[in-house]
Amino acid sequence: MTVVRHHFSPLQRLLHWLMAACVLAMLFIGVGMVSTIMPKYLQLVSIHKTLGIAILLLALIRLVTRLYYGTPPLPLDLPEPMKLAAVLSHYALYILMIGMPLIGWAMLSAASYPIVLYGGIRLPPILPQSDWLHAVLWDAHFYLAFVFFALILLHIAAALFHALVRRDGVFDSMATATGRDDVVPAE
Amino acid sequence: MYPPRSVLGSFLLIAVVIGGLAVAFAYTAGWLTPGRVTPDKVVDAFTPPGVDVLGHRRNHAKGICFTGTFEANGAGVALSRAAFFAQGRHPAFGRFNLGTPNPDAADATVRVRGLGLELSGADGEVWRMAMINAPIFAVSTPQEFYQLLLADGSKDPNAMTAFAKAHPEFAAFGAWAKDGPWTGSYAEERFNSLNSFVFTDGSGTDRTVRWSLLPQAQPVAVPVEELKKRGPDFLEHEITERIRSGPLRWTMIVTVANPGDPTADPTKAWPDDRRTVDVGTLIVQQIEAERDGPCRDINFDPTVLPPGMRTSDDPFPAARSSIYAKSFDLRTAEAKDYPRTATGAKP
Repeated sequence: MTVVRHHFSPLQRLLHWLMAACVLAMLFIGVGMVSTIMPKYLQLVSIHKTLGIAILLLALIRLVTRLYYGTPPLPLDLPEPMKLAAVLSHYALYILMIGMPLIGWAMLSAASYPIVLYGGIRLPPILPQSDWLHAVLWDAHFYLAFVFFALILLHIAAALFHALVRRDGVFDSMATATGRDDVVPAE
Repeated sequence: MYPPRSVLGSFLLIAVVIGGLAVAFAYTAGWLTPGRVTPDKVVDAFTPPGVDVLGHRRNHAKGICFTGTFEANGAGVALSRAAFFAQGRHPAFGRFNLGTPNPDAADATVRVRGLGLELSGADGEVWRMAMINAPIFAVSTPQEFYQLLLADGSKDPNAMTAFAKAHPEFAAFGAWAKDGPWTGSYAEERFNSLNSFVFTDGSGTDRTVRWSLLPQAQPVAVPVEELKKRGPDFLEHEITERIRSGPLRWTMIVTVANPGDPTADPTKAWPDDRRTVDVGTLIVQQIEAERDGPCRDINFDPTVLPPGMRTSDDPFPAARSSIYAKSFDLRTAEAKDYPRTATGAKP
């Protein structure tokens, strides 16, 4: 007998909402810290680096859970372009969740900055000092941050569209705190 | 089950959520508050019109690299648990520099001389410093510093007079700039941290300190008119020549604030009777042109501190860190414009 899954696994849901808060905070901290000369600059940079590494670790765990548990199927009546957008945007989000912290870490390495996280944890450089690598990575980190934020807005808009307009259970598959796969959500 | 809701209302709600997030993001980025002093604005304010600064630091643009050793005498352990203070020798390198955004400025036209320094510990600890020869700083806050840059760069001939009038704390720096002695050598300069930092000793006790490098060479005052006759690069020639007859030395002293001393305001000197500790000697052994030297690609960010040191209530190190980072981001992206060969040809 095949059970159709309607929900992400509890672990996936926990990781999703935890990372949602982290990534959103991360983007706001990033854009805020580069636009201030106030003493909070140092705290923001320290949190940014530490949270970045935390997101990298969480994203790697999440990637494993995604590969292991998969996803509930999208509604059969969802138009093909929307299905494609869903799939591609998820690829992009995973690439950014893993890529952005690595780019940041590599960028600091290429600048010969010591990489010190909150609590004095020191990370090794992952690249040798290099002007042009620093410049390329800095640009990538900067512009991809805006791409990331735009993608998150799109993701939220799509989630709300599923929840409020289509009411097709896609939002519930991630949102419901106690959702179990043997309970078919009310249509 | 969701309550029934009009499709229009749903789309409106989505628009409000997305729009709200976008506005919050724009506000955080400073796009909605044009009055905010950002690192970009300060860096822009540094850059004089008509000067080719591409590929160079946006301030302290002219400099020369050195390498050497920091020899700790062990006395600093009483102040900070930083490994650099335990008796021993630590690799050092740095940069003698001039406080000007113009990489081609004539040496005798620049009042402020600086020293950037990096000490590295065996276990990967790094301590970076950026000091200058002025005994105190010009203004009390980074925001005032930005106003000073604007006044200095203003076309209005009265802008600086107006600034000095509105900022009486500027007078002490102004007096030093006008009447303080000039020397003919980087080796004869005293370099001061100006900003205060907090040192933590092995027992966890915090002390707010400033530090200085005192030259072991005897300073000889030379009138600036005399220096102007020595050529545009006399400081670099002199230090390159001087090191041939032996290493150059500075004694590092750390001054401890008493409770109530103005630790947050670098325009205010601390009284002379404050406890000072001689912690060791900086020995400069080799001079290298910046274009080939180890200092070229380093951002001497004064907030790069080892365990046992941290920033204090002085607001400048954070501001300097944010502004130096911007300058570094710009110049690394302009590396192709940096004159890497002796002729200054751009590859």
